Amino acid sequence: MALDKPYTDVPGTIIFDADQSRKGYWLNQFCMSLMKAANRERFKADERAYLDEWPMTEEQKQAVLARDLNWCMRTGGNIYFLAKIGATDGKSFQQMAGSMTGMTEEEYRDMMIKGGRSAEGNRYLGENGDAQPQNQPQGAAGKKKD
Amino acid sequence: MAKISASVYTSHVPAIGAAIDLKKTGEAYWQPLFAGYEYSKQWMKENTPDVIFLVYNDHATAFSLDFIPTFAIGTAAEFIPADEGWGPRPVPKVIGHPELASHIAQSVIQDDFDLTIVNKMEVDHGLTVPLSLMFGEPDAWPCKVIPFAVNVVQYPVPSGRRCFQLGQAIRKAVESYDDDIKVQIWGTGGMSHQLQGARAGLINAEWDNRFLDRLIADPADLAQMPHIDYVREAGSEGIELVMWLIARGAMADVNGGAKPTVKHRFFHVPASNTAVGHLILENN
Repeated sequence: MALDKPYTDVPGTIIFDADQSRKGYWLNQFCMSLMKAANRERFKADERAYLDEWPMTEEQKQAVLARDLNWCMRTGGNIYFLAKIGATDGKSFQQMAGSMTGMTEEEYRDMMIKGGRSAEGNRYLGENGDAQPQNQPQGAAGKKKD
Repeated sequence: MAKISASVYTSHVPAIGAAIDLKKTGEAYWQPLFAGYEYSKQWMKENTPDVIFLVYNDHATAFSLDFIPTFAIGTAAEFIPADEGWGPRPVPKVIGHPELASHIAQSVIQDDFDLTIVNKMEVDHGLTVPLSLMFGEPDAWPCKVIPFAVNVVQYPVPSGRRCFQLGQAIRKAVESYDDDIKVQIWGTGGMSHQLQGARAGLINAEWDNRFLDRLIADPADLAQMPHIDYVREAGSEGIELVMWLIARGAMADVNGGAKPTVKHRFFHVPASNTAVGHLILENN
């Protein structure tokens, strides 16, 4: 019997379950290594060489080099592990979370100060809230990329 | 006989720790948040327990993907604040209570809750931020702390119902400890927040406040709520709130005793990505 996954219809959300964990094992373990200052230094000195020490997929390495956290998550990363990359870059959790929305740092910070993102329209895929796939990217940072 | 005197509930947002450590608590952004804990610090001074049984989750710090214990009890003599990537927080080391921790482990495991016993573990912001919020910045934490880590990172995470039952077993365990000591149980994490994907930044203040109402008035009913409701309504990381049910389950009224007194209730949005909730319940 396959894993019961009642959470696959939540928009803009990947639940870190056993399948994701298996896929992301080495990506996440690489992230753990960044909890040591000496490893952070080595990573920063030559990111590609450091990543090549890990049996990660090429796509996972590209996602890390691009600092694209959504991409990292699709390849099995979990935010609490990926946060070690952000910490190495001197980023806060707010900067990391915001980077996944397509908003600029200011836009995301303002949204939070105004009370955060509403759950309205964002509970189920198929609704029309701001986190739904048809409404991406949000904000100016995402639009600039187009 | 040991006694659970009170339970404390609070979010454990890492940015709160950073604000304290970087002396930013007086800034306009942070001032309303810290104002909500002024009463709590005073209350802690007047009601310092001998031991805090501190329920929190490890954020991929002590536990990588190598070991993922669902419930882990810290039985060591001390616990060092971890380097989570930004460098360790400049806070005192945490002094444990190995005798009480081992007693609770024995009692709870024999009560059918299969805890993992941990004799060496670094502790992250999930444990140290609540201590900072409640005690400020002392040179040493004024009481002993038993860390109790719950897996809410990789699914399956324990159900609210299981957490609530575990709290009841912990109360029983504490009350069967011979020494005449005062124990508080803290439930930390939450409230609504999501740190990932296009839905990052989700906050649901109405849902959070209903959660607080129900946690106070009818925790047994609240404990029936399935995970998916937390995810949909309070964000993927809002699932941390199941940990509050462990602390609530350890209160006397759940075992037929008197209702607790609500000494303090506070709610604030935002701290970084997160809605902050805080309660102090005293046993009567």
